[in-house]
Amino acid sequence: MSTEIEALVGREYQYGFVTDIEADTIPPGLSEDVVRLISAKKEEPEWLLEWRLKAYRRWLTMTEPTWPNVQYPAIDYQAVRYYSAPVTANPLGSLDEVDPKLLDTYKKLGIPLNEQKMLAGVAVDAVFDSVSVGTTYKAELAKHGIVFCSFSEAVHEHPELIRKYLGSVVPYSDNFFAALNSAVFSDGSFCYIPKGVKCPMELSTYFRINAADTGQFERTLIVAEEGASVSYLEGCTAPKRSTNQLHAAVVELIALDNATIKYSTVQNWYAGDENGVGGIYNFVTKRGKAMTNAKISWTQVETGSAITWKYPSVILQGDNSVGEFYSVAVVNNMQQADTGTKMIHVGKNTKSNIVSKGISAGRGQNSYRGMVKVLPKASGARNYTQCDSMLIGNACGAHTFPYIEINNNTATLEHEASTTKIGEDQIFYLKQRGMSAENAVSMIVAGFCKEVFKELPMEFALEAQQLLGITLEGSVG
Amino acid sequence: MSMLEISNLTATAGEKDILKGITLNVNAGEVHAIMGPNGSGKSTLAQVLAGHPSYEVTGGTVLFEGEDLLELEPEERAHKGVFLAFQYPIEIPGVSNAYFLRSAYNAMRVARGGEEVDPMEFLDVMEEKLRIVEMNEDMLARSVNMGFSGGEKKRNEILQMAVLEPKLAILDETDSGLDIDALRVVAEGVNKLRRDDNATIVVTHYQRLLNYIVPDFVHVLAGGRIIRSGGKELALELEEKGYDWLLQEAHA
Repeated sequence: MSTEIEALVGREYQYGFVTDIEADTIPPGLSEDVVRLISAKKEEPEWLLEWRLKAYRRWLTMTEPTWPNVQYPAIDYQAVRYYSAPVTANPLGSLDEVDPKLLDTYKKLGIPLNEQKMLAGVAVDAVFDSVSVGTTYKAELAKHGIVFCSFSEAVHEHPELIRKYLGSVVPYSDNFFAALNSAVFSDGSFCYIPKGVKCPMELSTYFRINAADTGQFERTLIVAEEGASVSYLEGCTAPKRSTNQLHAAVVELIALDNATIKYSTVQNWYAGDENGVGGIYNFVTKRGKAMTNAKISWTQVETGSAITWKYPSVILQGDNSVGEFYSVAVVNNMQQADTGTKMIHVGKNTKSNIVSKGISAGRGQNSYRGMVKVLPKASGARNYTQCDSMLIGNACGAHTFPYIEINNNTATLEHEASTTKIGEDQIFYLKQRGMSAENAVSMIVAGFCKEVFKELPMEFALEAQQLLGITLEGSVG
Repeated sequence: MSMLEISNLTATAGEKDILKGITLNVNAGEVHAIMGPNGSGKSTLAQVLAGHPSYEVTGGTVLFEGEDLLELEPEERAHKGVFLAFQYPIEIPGVSNAYFLRSAYNAMRVARGGEEVDPMEFLDVMEEKLRIVEMNEDMLARSVNMGFSGGEKKRNEILQMAVLEPKLAILDETDSGLDIDALRVVAEGVNKLRRDDNATIVVTHYQRLLNYIVPDFVHVLAGGRIIRSGGKELALELEEKGYDWLLQEAHA
């Protein structure tokens, strides 16, 4: 049985190729000068440089967190390159002038960017190393007053919005990696949905790390004004390399009164080989703030990265606001994941829902870490947490660290947890009905993840299907 | 040539010898009942024929339509037409019964050189099959065997058998845990599926099921060996006298 399962979960990483492209890459190392250089390359206004420098100075005083249940050798922050951009990239995001090599790269990743072959109903911002190389459907979206562009472009075109919201949910001082990101972030996506507008298509960003020894530090900011709604998707891949690469992103979501933001991630960074050599360190801060009657929903399928450290969270600021977190995290070989969520109940009658599915295979270690915090004024707050682990094989591990902090007696919290092992009997049953071992495991895993997969938009459900080798047909609602 | 030819089959579970030399021929169109006291090896025989990995075959041969069955993976045996109705049907959370049944149906079709059917076509197939076991369509939307009563689980096994149309169906203690109504439904389902070109092995502890599924042959298994074979009247004799007299005879 184990060899069949290994064959399934240990399939070759399909996105490990490198694009040979001339890049403007700065030497490794981090200093105030590097921060200034990045800001200068992006021709940023003075206030933004000042913000970066404050973040950098703050970062110097901070220490890397040691509480996650992951182990890795110390990172030499002076050995990382903090900026690398294809010289032919067009910073203003017009697709007509994008280097064909880049278009080709995205095509190979299954993300066609040229107008004729664009994914129907999905607008894509393509981020390559430190810059955005193009955004599709911009004109179409502009008709609705929706802004969807690279972060760099937004700094120039919509400085008032960036200035108002940047760091408003994740301050630069928030944590070690958020501070680092705030100092050196190079690009990312910006979405702005005006009052009352329901975004007519899925917005998505596809992140690609290409250059060696380079970190990717992107920043995503999504603002949904009163009554607006948007569904945003994020995908990520990187070449196979024998050295570890750092990815430290920050995502901020702002849902004003009655707004809805649905944020979905399929994370497939290179995970390292079966002996744990290489792979991405994925240290990410994601947080949303939901105002009155607003709703923020995170869905993530985490299959890649050598190490994942990530807790997409919601501050339930306004009364009746809703926060959701649906997660599938898969670790195989030597992968380690410490992921979960924080739901901070501030407003009255706020509701949060957490469904976490951890799958551990090989020698992988999977930890769920979640916090539900109810503040004194959050009367009538409710939380439901379900936290399930599945083990495949005998050498992996599943761990659960739930934290609960209640400061209001009217709160209602439920927590359910389970651990299961894929059983020989289950596989035999399905094989007796004519299915291959691979399909049997796929079916059992798909069933296990069903509650999360049904939250994914169709376009991503398909990618998740390919990723997990799962036939989702019939289990995606 | 018989459909199934078992010769001197021996098998172990871990260190323990369970089957100690089974010889049995089953022809198309026949129903064989395997009876015997608890621990006699009845269920092991059923599992070994289906290829359960917990058992190791240590000797003997099993030919299915002239082919060495023991060489095949469980799914290959299924593709050839061997079906096991499980004594304890397995639960698969989150996977709908409809999806499970269609996946099995399509896996068989593809293995036999056919094409997959889509969900709409499959619904047409299911309509007739559901009637055979008197099951409701809402059973299809539920997760495989999750929260099913004992009777529903066994009916679901027969439903799968109806969908997959095996050449050789092995029913492992299909009557255990069933009330009389469920037993009747299950047995009638099996009878409706009987044809001249398929065969059934009914593994059971009690004669009760054989009132409904009338066997052509009855074999008594004890201590890993077939100690007596006969017609359907042997089952009635066992019902009346129990197994002890046979065991004593066998030891004598």
